[in-house]
Amino acid sequence: MTRRRRAMLVAMLVLSLGGAEAVGPGERRSGFDDMAPETRAMQLDDMANPGMLWVAEGEAAWRRPAGPAGRSCAGCHGEAEASMRGIATRHPGWDQAAARPISLEDRINLCRRERQGGEPFAPESDDLLALSAYVAHQSRGMPIALPDDPRLTPFREQGRHIFEQRRGQLNLSCAQCHEEHAGRRLAGSVIPQGHPTGYPIYRLEWQSLGSLRRRLRNCTVGVRSEPLDEQEAVALELFLMFRANGMPMESPAIRP
Amino acid sequence: MAVHGACRALLAAWVLLPALGEAQQPLHPFTVMGDAIPDSLTGQRGDPVRGRAIVASRQRGLCLLCHAGPFPEERFQGNLAPDLSGAGGRWSAGELRLRLVDSQRLNPATIMPSYYRTEELARVGAPWRGRPLLAAEEIEDVVAFLGTLKD
Ligand code: HEC
Ligand code: HEC
Ligand code: HEC
Repeated sequence: MTRRRRAMLVAMLVLSLGGAEAVGPGERRSGFDDMAPETRAMQLDDMANPGMLWVAEGEAAWRRPAGPAGRSCAGCHGEAEASMRGIATRHPGWDQAAARPISLEDRINLCRRERQGGEPFAPESDDLLALSAYVAHQSRGMPIALPDDPRLTPFREQGRHIFEQRRGQLNLSCAQCHEEHAGRRLAGSVIPQGHPTGYPIYRLEWQSLGSLRRRLRNCTVGVRSEPLDEQEAVALELFLMFRANGMPMESPAIRP
Repeated sequence: MAVHGACRALLAAWVLLPALGEAQQPLHPFTVMGDAIPDSLTGQRGDPVRGRAIVASRQRGLCLLCHAGPFPEERFQGNLAPDLSGAGGRWSAGELRLRLVDSQRLNPATIMPSYYRTEELARVGAPWRGRPLLAAEEIEDVVAFLGTLKD
């Protein structure tokens, strides 16, 4: 093996192991694996998966001219199948101007505002969910691949701290449920390991598509804790994605 | 966005609407002896019927998120903690009281919340800040109910 190839292989190994946390890669399970067989079948069938309605809506939005110059996403990025492939596996991603990682939704809104000159989409609006579902869908089946970028490290460590800190009136940490008690039942729900492999997800309980941010809000309110601020939320999302590095993306996933 | 009726299965959520705790007021003082709080927090005996309702309630007691117990009417019970059946045979009233008030004194790593403690908690949401999970009267009701679970 040439020296260069070996160096590359090592780099790839480091990359793929970079996200392995307390739960080793072999034992990692997607929330998909904990679902009832009918729900799994629904996710796998594009005709039955309600998330695909948002993906179709997102494709239309991708081609729709907007803003004063009447430019569409497609006008700059061309076919999303090529240009957006793998993008969701690397988000939250570093944003030079903000000097911090930003979520995929924020990245889309950045283009919306700065490149299209349009009004940014409201969080959790159908337009933003549709576009992010469409963009994330282009990574379906690809492994989550957050880069080993030292600029991300402090944010990832902040996220890890949030994940491990007991909080709220119930005084529970994310890790106590999603690492120590994953697979057990909290009332009627199996506690998943909490890997963000399928966002935005169609959640049966919401009867709607929703972002990872919304899912995390549910868990924070669940322990009766105060909401995370923007930087904490993106740090937590970054940590969760690192923790799931190498797991295949499922967007749009279905969850109970 | 409209969605076909295919997936209308509404599953049980553990995230519930904020159940407001008691009005903010100082906690009743109590004395821990060994692994028990021998004396009632209120000086009164609790009501086991009210206690049962609190334990079974997913808004109030939350117990069945983690525990199972003799509640045939409750379909969804947890398996994160021992079955409550027989708790009154295993523990005295004083021992049950401490386990409710502050289990974390006995086992700092436990996931069992401290139901009558407002200190040393991080980032409690505004609606719940300064309030214990249960009021002293409710703790006594639950202790009285658990005492009836002899086997
Ligand atoms: C005027 C051209 C233009 C338009 C219109 C535009 N973009 Fe972009 N977009 C760019 C450029 C240039 C970049 C690279 C920016 C950078 O690296 O800072 C980019 C970056 C992105 C990225 C991040 C890609 C990566 O590698 O991480 C996403 C996602 C994205 N755009 C989505 C969209 C969506 C969705 C729309 C429509 C709402 C859109 N863009 C509209 C020019 C455009
Ligand atoms: C008391 C246990 C508990 C705690 C504490 C908790 N969660 Fe959860 N979480 C759950 C359960 C149960 C689900 C499954 C969904 C449901 O039915 O509510 C879930 C779902 C999730 C999911 C969705 C996984 C998927 O497959 O899409 C993520 C991500 C998540 N939690 C992250 C977190 C984070 C981050 C924290 C800490 C801020 C946290 N959770 C705290 C119990 C918990
Ligand atoms: C978040 C999970 C959780 C909740 C909510 C919870 N418990 Fe527990 N409880 C536990 C665990 C775990 C233990 C095991 C002891 C330990 O971890 O130290 C326990 C132990 C106990 C015990 C002593 C063990 C025994 O032999 O029975 C009693 C009694 C008890 N809990 C009652 C309650 C009651 C009553 C409620 C509701 C007011 C409640 N718990 C709510 C997790 C929980």
